[in-house]
Amino acid sequence: MKKMKLVMIGNGMAGVRTLEEMLKISPDLYDITVFGAEPHANYNRILLSPVLAGEMTIKDIMLNDVDWYEQNNIRLHLNKKVARIDRPGRKVIAEDGTTEEYDRLLIATGSNPFILPIPGKDLDGVLTYRDIGDTNAMIEAAGTYRHAVVIGGGLLGLEAANGLKLRGMDVTVIHIMPWLMERQLDETASRMLQKSLEAKGLRFLLQKQTAEIVGTPASDGVKSRVKSVRFADGSEIPADLVCMAVGIRPNDDLAKAAGIHCNRGIVVNDTMQTFDPRIYAVGECASHRGIAYGLVAPLFDMAKVCANHLAQMGIGRYQGSVTSTKLKVTGVDLFSAGDFSGGNDTEEIVLHDSVGGVYKRLLIKDDRIVGGVLYGDTVDGSWYFQMLREKQNVAEIRDHLMFGQSHLGNSGHQGQSSAASMPDDMEVCGCNGVCKGTIVKAIKEQGLFSLDDVRKHTKASSSCGSCTGLVEQILASTVGGAYTPQANLNKPMCGCTDHTHEETRKVIREHHLLAIPDVMHFMEWRTPNGCASCRPALNYYLLSTWPHEAKDDPQSRFINERAHANIQKDGTFSVIPRMFGGVTNASELRRIADVVDKYQIPTVKVTGGQRIDLLGVKKADLPGVWADLAMPSGHAYAKALRTVKTCVGSEWCRFGVQDSTQMGIDMEKTFWKMYAPHKVKMAVSGCPRNCAESGIKDVGVIGVDSGWEIYVAGNGGIKTEVAQFLCKVKTADEVIEYTSAFIQLYREQARYLDRTVHWVARVGLDYVKQRVLEDTEGRKALHARLQFALQGEKDPWVERTRGMEKHEFEALTV
Amino acid sequence: MSALPVNSPVSITPAGQSRTWVRVAPLSDIPKLGARVVNSAHGDIAVFRNAEDEVFALRDQCPHKGGPLSQGIVFGKTVACPLHNWQIGLADGEAVAPDKGCTGRFATRIEDGIVYLQL
Repeated sequence: MKKMKLVMIGNGMAGVRTLEEMLKISPDLYDITVFGAEPHANYNRILLSPVLAGEMTIKDIMLNDVDWYEQNNIRLHLNKKVARIDRPGRKVIAEDGTTEEYDRLLIATGSNPFILPIPGKDLDGVLTYRDIGDTNAMIEAAGTYRHAVVIGGGLLGLEAANGLKLRGMDVTVIHIMPWLMERQLDETASRMLQKSLEAKGLRFLLQKQTAEIVGTPASDGVKSRVKSVRFADGSEIPADLVCMAVGIRPNDDLAKAAGIHCNRGIVVNDTMQTFDPRIYAVGECASHRGIAYGLVAPLFDMAKVCANHLAQMGIGRYQGSVTSTKLKVTGVDLFSAGDFSGGNDTEEIVLHDSVGGVYKRLLIKDDRIVGGVLYGDTVDGSWYFQMLREKQNVAEIRDHLMFGQSHLGNSGHQGQSSAASMPDDMEVCGCNGVCKGTIVKAIKEQGLFSLDDVRKHTKASSSCGSCTGLVEQILASTVGGAYTPQANLNKPMCGCTDHTHEETRKVIREHHLLAIPDVMHFMEWRTPNGCASCRPALNYYLLSTWPHEAKDDPQSRFINERAHANIQKDGTFSVIPRMFGGVTNASELRRIADVVDKYQIPTVKVTGGQRIDLLGVKKADLPGVWADLAMPSGHAYAKALRTVKTCVGSEWCRFGVQDSTQMGIDMEKTFWKMYAPHKVKMAVSGCPRNCAESGIKDVGVIGVDSGWEIYVAGNGGIKTEVAQFLCKVKTADEVIEYTSAFIQLYREQARYLDRTVHWVARVGLDYVKQRVLEDTEGRKALHARLQFALQGEKDPWVERTRGMEKHEFEALTV
Repeated sequence: MSALPVNSPVSITPAGQSRTWVRVAPLSDIPKLGARVVNSAHGDIAVFRNAEDEVFALRDQCPHKGGPLSQGIVFGKTVACPLHNWQIGLADGEAVAPDKGCTGRFATRIEDGIVYLQL
């Protein structure tokens, strides 16, 4: 079959990103041709400021070099400006006459700098700040001339001014508004910014209107060059270089000339398609729902959607972006997002330390963050931004909101508070031994933009994830505004699908799907049999949604759950038999001792969960070990109930007010063999001294004189999370009913690999209380569903000692 | 279990010795999207079967930290190592980028439903 022809006009970040995304899905669908007006391949435009400032070179900021186009069989026309689009003839014609036909056309022409219509705008030495050419011209001018004037005190203007200053020029910034970056900052933050930039040697003239750029008299053969800038009030300052950074305009000229509907940008629908169905537009040239975005972050979302439709997959909609701003001036930490203007119906939380140079202001409306400005300490910028985008209810964390995420325990083990000020050799990821410098280097050299990319390339935050916040900060401070925090709400399950966990669960439930291949077929998985990440999740969703109907798929389980033992670093396994409530006896201990002797088990260790771990068991010995132990499986290897830790309680303890040991045994007998989205740990203490550490368990019960207090969603692992009080009940039966309901709700709704704390953080404790406490019928129904699910569930060890899955434990020989 | 040095070229057959085909087991003894370990004179070999009933054989050691690949989850033509989730191509033994490393591979064939391995 003859391939279709895809032509792209514009060789910038948005367009090339679209091609990359499309090649990932459908590498062979199109013959691709790209026109670029600049002589360079695709580079990272947002890093021009560090280049101007002398902190990076052009080479550092290349994203795709010419070889990349070659490798992907893309015909690249560099230095060729497209003159017109012939829609009836489906052709693109460049100024030099080069003509390419298209079946699909992608316009990614970006934006043009706005030029003030004032006398002298065309003089030599008057520049804009947009591309490598402008940057080089400024660097060159900085080597020869002294006085630079930057017109425009916005993001781009300030970055240009900072760069020129670092290049040794005398820089004055002219701004027509009363304060700098008025679209991103409130007055307080802006004054702080101005002060710190002044300390770097920049000068500012605010509320000044530029009237004219005055040039030297032109003489024969020598073009008139800028000499000074004159203002509306008659004053004048010397200038050898003028950089206009007063804004950008979507570059929709070609589309307009071709008769495509434009309105401050090329108008596109949610699939990035223009009014000509063969033609798509992405990036700064596109106008989506009335907005033409001038920042990089939304481009990636657009690119993904557009690529999907170009690849004829036909799923995905771009629904607009909330953008955030970060100034890339070394030594200045500034972050702004959303609406910060305030109003009667918004509340604000402000922290202002003028001596320390820290200012934080968050705007909250209906318990949700709607905007924020951070100056001096922007560590939590991406965290606030994520909550803003996801419209997360912050009522519960409102009183610590200002103190940031590290206050809630999510930014690295050592509690580093500022990624920007961390030295390069400081360790960020303790699991994989990754230092900050390694991460920054990978981001710059490999052109990484997302947390996933950084994880893949450096392994940082890819194991336990506790340094995720810190890695995100490093990413944000390295790539600036191009970083979009991962959208947690709409995140697809994995690379095999665009569907979220929630959507998948819903489809499984509504369409009564019973097997993994059925789900993949029904939901149009991109891979034939998924991956190591989605298959275990799907297996769990099927089993938890349709107990006794869906059949377990052992090949979609991680080895531990397939072998019913925990794999160790040398390939041997560990065996932990269950001791209900941590109680054992002489005969069990004797059997354990005999097994250790018989199978020459090298290490015996008491676990943190009140039981005994036999380490270094050969896989082939597992069924024999289990048979000789004749004890129940401890499920220490599974996403399932682990232990119910107990204290001694009222039977022995002189302080105990409730029989916590018996309560623990009863709970463990109720919940054992129960699989869940992740491991589940419980504890019961017999008095408020809480010796069983109920405060950091998924379900923690504390006996008090008048009954039992139930706490939920605690965690003692990666991030210590204190469990939250759910309710107080009188009887042991009620403890079982309420905790069952809570756990079943978690089993039905959480994403696979969510601990209870993650799930509750997302849905809110109020929701849990409503379902478990207020809705009595609902609680009983949840309790009943869990009982039904666990009915007849077998002990996997017993089954395997009787020969089930025999092949799993037997090696072949040749 | 001795760990294989990372990235070392794996010589499967000593020089001068000719390779031979040996019978392993019926295909049905290897679970679909799964693997079996084969104990051999050359060390443990992981024999995989994918969804299309193709059979692959790799040295049962991940190039990363020597994890037993036979215990991993199989998908497409890839296995995820059970220790640190490195993904190893079944056909070539190469780690999927950006990870780097390679484990030795063995030729396989299926005849009348019986799996053979070239050693």
